[in-house]
Amino acid sequence: MRRLPPIAEIAVAAMALIIVGGITVASRLPRPAPLPVLVALVAVAALLVLADVVLVSRLHDFAWPVFFRVAKWSALAYAVMYGILEFTFVYDHVHGYTLVMLTLMLVIIAVDIPLLFGFSVARYAEAGSE
Amino acid sequence: MAEALVTAPSKPKIQIVPLRGLPVVAVVIAGLVAAIATNKLWALDFYHVVGGGMWTALDLFLGLVIGPILARMSVQARMEFSARFMPKMLLIMPTLVTMTLASGWQLARLVGVLDLTYPQRWWVNASFIVVGVMAVIAIGILEPANIAVLFEMRKPHPDGEIIARLMRRFIYTAGITGVMQIATLIIMTRLASL
Repeated sequence: MRRLPPIAEIAVAAMALIIVGGITVASRLPRPAPLPVLVALVAVAALLVLADVVLVSRLHDFAWPVFFRVAKWSALAYAVMYGILEFTFVYDHVHGYTLVMLTLMLVIIAVDIPLLFGFSVARYAEAGSE
Repeated sequence: MAEALVTAPSKPKIQIVPLRGLPVVAVVIAGLVAAIATNKLWALDFYHVVGGGMWTALDLFLGLVIGPILARMSVQARMEFSARFMPKMLLIMPTLVTMTLASGWQLARLVGVLDLTYPQRWWVNASFIVVGVMAVIAIGILEPANIAVLFEMRKPHPDGEIIARLMRRFIYTAGITGVMQIATLIIMTRLASL
């Protein structure tokens, strides 16, 4: 099997940073979490996901139809979950920068997980297979 | 004829997502949204206790009972089992996790668990950390392996080595989350008795 860049590992690292951010917010409630910590976590996670997108887009002889099929359905499934989370935040009157940072975290995860799932399946599929 | 049946077992037909289960998931999620929107203590309690209980029991059973059994089975037997088991898990686990976490969060706000002061607050934070670690393992390692196995098994000629490797990953991570659920049980019972 051919060697591929550490796309899955980077995606898991980005997810871990987002979860640390979520724990940081939750552990401080009802007080707001320190903004610099949240910004740093979100920024590094966003950079990691961006790096992953670039790495995936540069893959040759890759099963793109399989990748997009899995990523598309994963995105839909997880959008339901994130929708419920966002609904809960807004419903609970989370506001200000805390809401902005939590929303950004959800957006990053919404790209990260479908990419991870799509890559994890497509890496074992033959290029061009459906 | 009999020999042919033994040497060439029929390949199970695999549906990645069991479509018949989707309406059930939709009803559960709609009920969850209603429970959160109405902030009814009983409804939130119901979703959190039922979802959490099933999630914990499934993880413990999968990690500590099914996992070790699977590890001792042949690749063909694992494939037969996984073809029927994993698609169901693909629907059940995310649904249970969503209903447990979303209702748990709302319940914690409603009953004042999030207003606890230290040192009791450490128990709440510990629950966040345990759930966070389990989420990374489940979504980052276990779930991709689960989906990849299902896709591999749908191929006309599945690669037994890839399936064995991914199943090993699935079994180990299920074991880890199973053990972590023991920590969840300790934390949750401690929080309930504060």
